[in-house]
Amino acid sequence: MRRPLLATLAAAVLTLAACGTADTPATPAASGGVTPIKLQLQWFYQAQFAGYIAAVDRGFYSEQGLDVQLLEGGVDIVPQTVLAQGKADYAVAWVPKALASREQGAKITDVGQIFARSGTYQVAWKNSGIAGPADFKGKKVGNWGFGNEFELFAGMTKAGLDPGRDVTLVQQQFDMQALLKKEIDAAQAMSYNEYAQLLEAKNPATGKLYTADDFTVIDWKTNGSAMLQDAVWANTEKLGDPAYQQQTVKFLAGTIKGWAYCRDNPEQCRDMVVAKGSKLGKSHQLWQMNEVNKLIWPSKAGIGLIDEADWKQTVDLSMTTKNQTGDTVLTKQPEGVAYTNDYVRKALDQAKAAGVDVTGAGFKPSTVTLSEGGA
Amino acid sequence: MRRVLSVLAAVVVFVALWEGYKAVGDPDGTVLFGTRVLPRADDLSMPHVWDMLRRLGRPELTGGRPVWQVVLGACLFTLGITVAGFAAGAVVGLLLAVAMQRFRLVERGLLPYVILSQTVPLVALAPLIAGWSGNLSFGPYPWQDWMTVAVIAAYLSFFPVAVGMLRGLQSPQASGVELMRSYAAGWWRTLIKLRLPAALPYLFPALRLAGAAAVVGAVVGEISTGTRGGIGRLVIEYSREATSDPAKVYTAMLGAALLGLVVAALVSLLELPLMRHRRRVPVVTM
Repeated sequence: MRRPLLATLAAAVLTLAACGTADTPATPAASGGVTPIKLQLQWFYQAQFAGYIAAVDRGFYSEQGLDVQLLEGGVDIVPQTVLAQGKADYAVAWVPKALASREQGAKITDVGQIFARSGTYQVAWKNSGIAGPADFKGKKVGNWGFGNEFELFAGMTKAGLDPGRDVTLVQQQFDMQALLKKEIDAAQAMSYNEYAQLLEAKNPATGKLYTADDFTVIDWKTNGSAMLQDAVWANTEKLGDPAYQQQTVKFLAGTIKGWAYCRDNPEQCRDMVVAKGSKLGKSHQLWQMNEVNKLIWPSKAGIGLIDEADWKQTVDLSMTTKNQTGDTVLTKQPEGVAYTNDYVRKALDQAKAAGVDVTGAGFKPSTVTLSEGGA
Repeated sequence: MRRVLSVLAAVVVFVALWEGYKAVGDPDGTVLFGTRVLPRADDLSMPHVWDMLRRLGRPELTGGRPVWQVVLGACLFTLGITVAGFAAGAVVGLLLAVAMQRFRLVERGLLPYVILSQTVPLVALAPLIAGWSGNLSFGPYPWQDWMTVAVIAAYLSFFPVAVGMLRGLQSPQASGVELMRSYAAGWWRTLIKLRLPAALPYLFPALRLAGAAAVVGAVVGEISTGTRGGIGRLVIEYSREATSDPAKVYTAMLGAALLGLVVAALVSLLELPLMRHRRRVPVVTM
């Protein structure tokens, strides 16, 4: 009668379910012309995913015959794993982390590189004397860990520092309190999220909000240690199926239209995100929308097209950058089809034919004024 | 009445401690040999109690509902999940206890695994359950996200019930069991007439532990799987705003604490009709 732990657990699950399991078919047949699709996001609804939300709300997916359901992320939800397990048809994930999952056996392929640029900053106080990664020597440097830290480590390595010895590494929380309280000298921040949180906080000395003049921002894009971030990943095995191929092109076409819409109508997209029940305030979401647009537009070759040089830089950094425990993201070159431009090219052609501006050559970011608490 | 007063007194003492520490504590915290031994007392780390209360009254977002409504709604949602998880966990725990009492072999084989089950970290378990359960369905009704959270709550709450109940079922003295045997009472009758009544004083403390565990499971499960609507999700969403609105984080935590109190009260209500004139067993442990 010895039962392993899993059996006990399964018994509990079954007791609750009290019925059989119904496996969802991998690619549900298009019934009535509408194909249901699940897209796994990396986190809760926020403007980082505005293009997908807009494509759902404005009907860009349904005009492609797709009924897209967005799945929110959570602390322990790993989008590329959800995709590899077949619980979602596509997933949004950062390239280095997804490649690491690939090396662990997840069969996924990057089919659309939505964010062409990285939004990761390292932020320090202006008066701290930190002007570049070389100045981190002997300082307390905050980072998020869990694979989000490699651009920082690559930047420090490039500046000639040994991240394991020359700096004190501090695990950072979701908020920026550690920097504000000066517990750390430099904090990791996304341009579209944590950096805005700093500018929404009140400076107790002046009674006014902090401004960009209070901080030094080290942008990894200008340091040559940036890695590719938000991309649309598809299931590699299913990509052998012509139906899934077509569906991928349609999905990308709708996605492209959604992001183009958010470039031209940031306020409307902000409102859609807020209406989705995001707990972040309106000015914060508009800031995020604007910053995310900057990571996409202008897109020289067209949104979603994977740039070979950027890809190579991401893979090279993933293989050579060691974190404090001496690990690299990848131990070898990605095998098989790690990315393909086949589907996004077709989607871009389709969007262009429909009159969508897929390069956004004339895109000018706006200036967003943040209010206290992002309200 | 005295109980209500003592609860109120506890709240007053807590507020006094919080504000008292804020008044005398070092805003930068006390650091001994490079380790912080006392927390920072500044407004960013420890907002004033009245700031939290005021925050409860103000809207969550400009033009939105006031925070107290949002927090209360989230508490109700999580309460539902907790009750479902608690009920499922209690049933599983009871069945396991009875099976372990009935068959010595089951006890020897299963009990170590029951204990082992509680050493699996929740963060590892939550995505697994979310992964498996996605394919389950109740006939035409598909699996819902909240059910994943309820399973996590059940997983934590079955344990104290199983262990406490087993202890209770084994508590009758040999003379009692032998008396039943002399009446030619079978196992079932012995269970109903002797073992179950004898187990009650052990069951209720176990249920209280299970109630607390179910709350923890529900809140952590929500955080882990990102299930929308509950207090756990609210804690993590508000904590992202800790940089600019520290009082808001504590409103969600107040909600979580309130939820724990409500569940504890509900469990002790269960006790009332059954526990009159019975002796109490203070602690149930292994």
